[in-house]
Amino acid sequence: MSEAMTAARRALGDGEPMVELRGISRRFEKKLDFAGRIAKRLGANIREEIVHAVDNVDLTIRKGEVVGLVGESGCGKSTLGRVVAGILPPSDGRILRNGIDLLDRNATDAREMKLRTQMIFQDPYASLNPRMKVADIVGEAPLVHGITTRGGYDSYVDEQMRRAGLDPVFKRRYPHQFSGGQRQRIGIARALAVKPDFIVCDEAVAALDVSIQAQILNLFIRLRSELDLTYLFISHDLGVVEHISDRVVIMYLGRVVEEASSETVFASPNHPYTQSLLASVPRIESRKRAFAVVKGEIPSPLNPPPGCHFHPRCPHAMERCRVEKPELKEVAPGQRSACHLNDAA
Amino acid sequence: MATPTLEVRNLRTHFFTRAGVVKAVDDVSFSIERGKVLGLVGESGSGKTVTGFSVLGLVDPPGRIVGGSILFQGRDLAKMSEAEMRDLRGNRIAMIFQDPMMTLNPVLRVDTQMIETVLAHKKVSREEARQRARDTLGMVGIPSPDERLKSYPHQFSGGMRQRVAIAIALLHEPDLIVADEPTTALDVTIQGQILAEVQKLASTTGTALIWITHDLSVVAGLADDIAVMYAGRIVEQGAVSEVLDAPLHPYTYGLIGSVPSRNKRGEPLRQIPGMTPSLLNIQPGCAFRTRCPRPTQACLVEPEIRELAPGRDVRCFHPMSEPAERAA
Repeated sequence: MSEAMTAARRALGDGEPMVELRGISRRFEKKLDFAGRIAKRLGANIREEIVHAVDNVDLTIRKGEVVGLVGESGCGKSTLGRVVAGILPPSDGRILRNGIDLLDRNATDAREMKLRTQMIFQDPYASLNPRMKVADIVGEAPLVHGITTRGGYDSYVDEQMRRAGLDPVFKRRYPHQFSGGQRQRIGIARALAVKPDFIVCDEAVAALDVSIQAQILNLFIRLRSELDLTYLFISHDLGVVEHISDRVVIMYLGRVVEEASSETVFASPNHPYTQSLLASVPRIESRKRAFAVVKGEIPSPLNPPPGCHFHPRCPHAMERCRVEKPELKEVAPGQRSACHLNDAA
Repeated sequence: MATPTLEVRNLRTHFFTRAGVVKAVDDVSFSIERGKVLGLVGESGSGKTVTGFSVLGLVDPPGRIVGGSILFQGRDLAKMSEAEMRDLRGNRIAMIFQDPMMTLNPVLRVDTQMIETVLAHKKVSREEARQRARDTLGMVGIPSPDERLKSYPHQFSGGMRQRVAIAIALLHEPDLIVADEPTTALDVTIQGQILAEVQKLASTTGTALIWITHDLSVVAGLADDIAVMYAGRIVEQGAVSEVLDAPLHPYTYGLIGSVPSRNKRGEPLRQIPGMTPSLLNIQPGCAFRTRCPRPTQACLVEPEIRELAPGRDVRCFHPMSEPAERAA
């Protein structure tokens, strides 16, 4: 039912844009130290190291949608997630949240919009303050932002904990007294306590055991319908992304290479990278089979190959791929891909 | 039938900690034949790693093997002296660990480490040892092995480092390799490459392989047989297709149901409630009882593992048998 609804909504172009990224780039620079600057002045061939973690990304997330962001390590998916969540300022580009420019310092709404975006992190061991009790971890932010009062604090925290599947009896405990799955629930309760409508989940289930992972995924699915949430779900696990997302965005070395609805991406992937990624995923349905192999390694983002970033590993690479960067173009309704092969056909 | 490469019978490895006795491995039996791959599957704390360590004699105090036998080509490893074990380890039995950054020595070049391993068990010249190291690196798919031999581990990427670790394990063409989550830290495309290499090696060299993992999907494509562990015990084992297509133990059934690709998109996953019990205080009876959808009075007694069909073992009083039951 929900599937049919979201499909219909997508087809109608319904669901106003909640987050719009326009030309977002994020660079990390390693400045030369004193000795390096002197050596450079004396003519040594050294330069500042620049990593283009995110390179000119446009992305629209509509209200009520779950967008899966997939890629291998170093592809910039976490950096993009942090930029979307407002933790990391982009080097270039604009972020519009319900039409409000989040980077405009004069906009008073921007602060409120940032509060309505919350993030859930990968490592439930590192993302909770070990010296705070669960009640304070969950309740501190709502109190500061005036969402609850001192008087209503206790009952508010209880409600938040219960919603995330935690027994409020444990609220005087510290994070180390909980298991990984429960800790992730604390992180979820903390994120939801300030009443956000948009959640960025960065590898939120990657550190959990399979049976616990299923519990947390179910919690995400339930909370989505209960609270009408929109998710940006970042993961390297295609199985998880396929299960939870309406739309999937594939990144490779800082660029979006393909974007389409889940059904389309998994049924008829267009970009050679998406195809080889899907072929590499081990499936529980498979039996004693030869594993598909993508040749080569992921290049260093410090020194990405020119043209299409994927060309050294691509089975269809041609001369053009080595020099010209492919643009992200619509190849079918609702499916965009950045590959020169689509022009040739 | 020839003797299996490895036969583990009623293995018990316990840790005697101040807080009490942790029965990390409790009555585990399995066997593996030449050229076969056994997938040892379980969640964290299920005892799968300790089982692997026990086979290689790597269990450190306060842990020790308190019972059972580990027959490697008919000889009991559990009763072997340290010197005899040293002779086998790295030679006839090798191990690949999860994190190659932890297992390779960061201050020695790869050639130093590999030549040392060759010379430890073979009386050959240094040059022959280098030759062997070079050939093995090439075999696991490392480009230009001559140059790469001179590199330090930090100069390799994660996937390449794991290949080096696999190459070191293969130096003496061992009869048995125990691989403990060797691809868990790697990206999917790199994991695919490593799995393809390993599969090729197992079939061409006749090496038996124990593949320890939490990922059922990896085992589905790689292994011949599968053993599922829960709270220190094997709860179910058999051929991969039988165990995954028709699980008998409720835990296996739940675990398979938890894999997202097995479920309809956007629908809630079939989940196992609760969490793995602490091994310090497992209640008497079946360890899975508290999370099981259908426990009965009988489950208050520890079930023995029994053979329901040839090569198909399950540790449950009420194995799932009817297809209708599974659908429920």
